[in-house]
Amino acid sequence: MNWLISNFDLVVGLTVNHIRLSVVPIIVGFVVAVPLARIAVTGRTARAVIITSTSLLYTIPSLPLFVILPAIIGTKVLSDINLIVALSIYAVAIMVRAAADAFTSVPVDVKQASLAMGYSRWQQFWRVEFPLAGPVLLAGMRVVSVSTIALVSVGVLIGSQNLGYLFTNGKQRNILEEVATGIVASLLIALVFDLILVLLGRLLLPWNRKNGSRSAQADSVRLPITVGDVG
Amino acid sequence: MIEFRGVTKQYPDGTLAIEHVDIVIQPRTITVLVGSSGSGKTTLLRMINRMVDPTSGQVLVDGTDVATVDPVRLRRSIGYVMQNGGLLPHRRIVDNVATVPLLRGVAKSAARARSLELLDTVGLDRGLADKYPRQLSGGQQQRVGVARALAADPNILLMDEPFGAVDPIVRLELQTELRRLQSALDKTVVFVTHDIDEAFALADQMVILRTGGIVAQIGTPAEVLAHPADDFVASFIGADRGQRRLRLQPRDPASGRIVVVDSAGRPAGLIEDDHASIGDGASPDVKAS
Repeated sequence: MNWLISNFDLVVGLTVNHIRLSVVPIIVGFVVAVPLARIAVTGRTARAVIITSTSLLYTIPSLPLFVILPAIIGTKVLSDINLIVALSIYAVAIMVRAAADAFTSVPVDVKQASLAMGYSRWQQFWRVEFPLAGPVLLAGMRVVSVSTIALVSVGVLIGSQNLGYLFTNGKQRNILEEVATGIVASLLIALVFDLILVLLGRLLLPWNRKNGSRSAQADSVRLPITVGDVG
Repeated sequence: MIEFRGVTKQYPDGTLAIEHVDIVIQPRTITVLVGSSGSGKTTLLRMINRMVDPTSGQVLVDGTDVATVDPVRLRRSIGYVMQNGGLLPHRRIVDNVATVPLLRGVAKSAARARSLELLDTVGLDRGLADKYPRQLSGGQQQRVGVARALAADPNILLMDEPFGAVDPIVRLELQTELRRLQSALDKTVVFVTHDIDEAFALADQMVILRTGGIVAQIGTPAEVLAHPADDFVASFIGADRGQRRLRLQPRDPASGRIVVVDSAGRPAGLIEDDHASIGDGASPDVKAS
């Protein structure tokens, strides 16, 4: 514990920065993916184009992306913005497919009923489809959250200050405790984020409790590693 | 009054879902659209609230062509009940019932109070108000569906196979309930079913449809029973199989009652008024059920 005690301030600083770097991509992923996914479920062509192209984004290797981004968006090479943009792209890639599954999971008869009741299209989206997609959207967000927190560490290779620093630095100086601290701290962040998401779900989706379909929801969310979704 | 005038629905691939249909539906009656799947009965129903628009012809409600009315406003003025209730799983029962008044901008407290009254109307315990739909039985959900359709006090109630998913006992109970409600509330009800017995049980007027959305016969249940328009109708209502042919059995010596039997000799019911007796030529009012 000696290393941790004497470097406590460093660890806290890196943890805070790690959280800061994770939060933005997770939120951007959600905000961008939901409308894209909603458009994707309107038709076969839309679905094929949107899901395939966003899934392809996930196949871009992270390091080259970090390096190329400054040239594309005109940021400084060592700016954290590069990392945030790159991670947002990955978050969108995961979340679009999850959100498309979420919208597909809304029962057709409920949509029909809301139409028959006299919901306008807009009201139908906000008051029926979006809340009912909630459980699967939430499952998708949990995957995005863990994935983003893990990927932030890679950013240390382009000079970002986060818990990934403890991995590279600890490895170079052969301090096992430093590497272990980095791992434990990342895990803790991931756990806390997951807990927050689950609690948010409890709060926002009270109707969904004891639904017995948790596994089905989790099953429908997967990393978009397979690209062939044209069918 | 609801009127279909020369209504046709053709899909882009050329299939005809509805072929030149004319129907007049009198106010404050129950009209049942009955036919097997593919007969276009649900499509016809949905033309009334513009969930489907005809390719040609007109649907008029109280003389106004619905095509000239904004669909969202139109739908909020017409009650709609669907199979499985179609309740919103994420809203409590009280809010489900209040859906349309809330959409119309009624204050939340007033809408909730009205919801609770409607639960009484459809025979549900107010204690269910704060539950979610999945916590209710199928029959209860169906009653909530009816309450929701009544919430904005519409003149017209559209019912799309509303009792299709509940067990036969609950179904009978709901049919009785619907007739009671209809006579109490004086709504114009248009009811879709594939169950001919349900049609006979509920209808003031029956519209029998055949595949391809063609009207085979329109009439009261008695007219349809007495004069099936063609072989299709006769077969559809079971007349050709003798299902609707009932005979009186000689008075049961023990109880003194007259039993009605079907063509296979199975008992179908009892004669209520047994002053009428076999052989004196009087034909008692026997209703097929």
